[in-house]
Amino acid sequence: MKAVITVIGKDKIGIISKVTTVLSEEKVNILDISQTILQDYFTMLMLVDLTKLNISLKKLNNILNTEGKKVGVKVKIQHEDIFNAMHKL
Amino acid sequence: MNEFNKIMETIKMIEKEKLDIRTITMGISLLDCCSSDGKKSRQKIYDKITKKAENLVKVGNQIETKYGIPIINKRISITPISLIAQASNDTSYVEYAKVLDKAAKTVGVDFIGGFSSLVQKGYSKGDKLLIESIPQALYETEKLCSSVNIGDTKSGINMDAVKHMGEIIKKTAYLTRMNNSIGCAKLVVFSNAVEDNPFMAGAFHGVGEADSVINVGVSGPGVVKAALEKVKGESFDTVSETIKKTSFKITRAGQLVANEASKLLDVPFGILDLSLAPTPAVGDSVARILEEIGIESCGGHGTTAALALLNDAVKKGGIMASSHVGGLSGAFIPVSEDEGMINAVKAGSLNIEKLEAMTCVCSVGLDMIAIPGDTPSSTISAIIADEAAIGVINKKTTAVRLIPAYGKTTGDEIEFGGLLGKAPIMAVSKFSSENFIKRGGRIAAPVHSFKN
Repeated sequence: MKAVITVIGKDKIGIISKVTTVLSEEKVNILDISQTILQDYFTMLMLVDLTKLNISLKKLNNILNTEGKKVGVKVKIQHEDIFNAMHKL
Repeated sequence: MNEFNKIMETIKMIEKEKLDIRTITMGISLLDCCSSDGKKSRQKIYDKITKKAENLVKVGNQIETKYGIPIINKRISITPISLIAQASNDTSYVEYAKVLDKAAKTVGVDFIGGFSSLVQKGYSKGDKLLIESIPQALYETEKLCSSVNIGDTKSGINMDAVKHMGEIIKKTAYLTRMNNSIGCAKLVVFSNAVEDNPFMAGAFHGVGEADSVINVGVSGPGVVKAALEKVKGESFDTVSETIKKTSFKITRAGQLVANEASKLLDVPFGILDLSLAPTPAVGDSVARILEEIGIESCGGHGTTAALALLNDAVKKGGIMASSHVGGLSGAFIPVSEDEGMINAVKAGSLNIEKLEAMTCVCSVGLDMIAIPGDTPSSTISAIIADEAAIGVINKKTTAVRLIPAYGKTTGDEIEFGGLLGKAPIMAVSKFSSENFIKRGGRIAAPVHSFKN
């Protein structure tokens, strides 16, 4: 399954590294990344493939949240279908 | 708009504007749970509910994690219990209520609805027993919700039932007086009740429904309000278009959740209810949408027109986004559950008369309104009659959920907490309706032609 990870928070050194380390440890493949600074806020979107994920989605969500908090960002992971449903006919 | 912005729009709706799925409600038929022995019947009911809804909460939580959208409540609706219990020789249905409450607690749902009776034309044996059992049933249970349908467009209004329900509401308020008469918050009097409503307190599983079914209710007043903030000062055409587009997106998210729940639970999808359901949280209010449309404080002149536009545009936008729309589908205006409504009552712009007018153009009716504890039961019955007349004549669902808060009077405030919120006690007319209510009998079904 494909999912979208969003990372939002105050910009600082090491955010991407923190998040991607978790992803590589849990065998999540990153398909696409885009990142920008919106009104001083670091905003990153990642499209990822979870077929090889070796833990439950809930667990991954918890780890990302805990690691995110350490660098002051909010991390959210959602199945891509919610975005497709809301924005594509 | 590129992909980035679309994704961010959804994130913003969920994180900031409080977009959520209000409820996944599993409708369960209990028609196969009748027995001449009440005890046996209750065992069948308990077994069926706990088996059918075994995984409801688990699946709800799974979907929440998968799509990152909050699913606030998981609920169960059942066949009106008066139909099931009257096969037994029991003379009170409080034991049925307790079994339903126990089943709800076992499977971990937030509410179970269907301690209900349909008496729009008259009472059967079970209807009378059920209605008489309501106050004690609501006193002895936590998760149980009750509803009674006292009128419909094809049958007219059963004024005996209207009188009866005024008394039942007062009794319920008295029995649950230690908790701000909270029993009344779980009791709805309907006209034109629908059989597939996923929202409480009025949900029940109609006899025309399948054995079990998944109905979903979406929410999102905050999202509509935020969208309208971007079109300040523009014409009504733009307002309507904006609401339609927003409603479409919200409904699509609801449909996605409904499909997934139906698949995982192996229960057919029933309907999606498009209602804009507020919560007491700031930023999740229907009243604030009406104010955004241009009314200084909800209840001011123009409120009814603004609500009519909102209600209609929500439906227009939502209908295309779902394969089956049903339930109540519109905008809810419960006073205690809407931060903007509470504020408007306190500011003096909103009163019960204006709320009655508003119910002519939106879904449901006089909802979650606290009134003085010493209001006579005949006055409550008369309010129910007025509301039923609006529903019956205009072929729409109307409901009354009043809380005559025991020991409280106009100006006081009662707090329920959670989704039920808090309610300032609102004034009702001090003039008597006693002679009107004591007549009894039925108001005949209206003529369906010569509409004016």
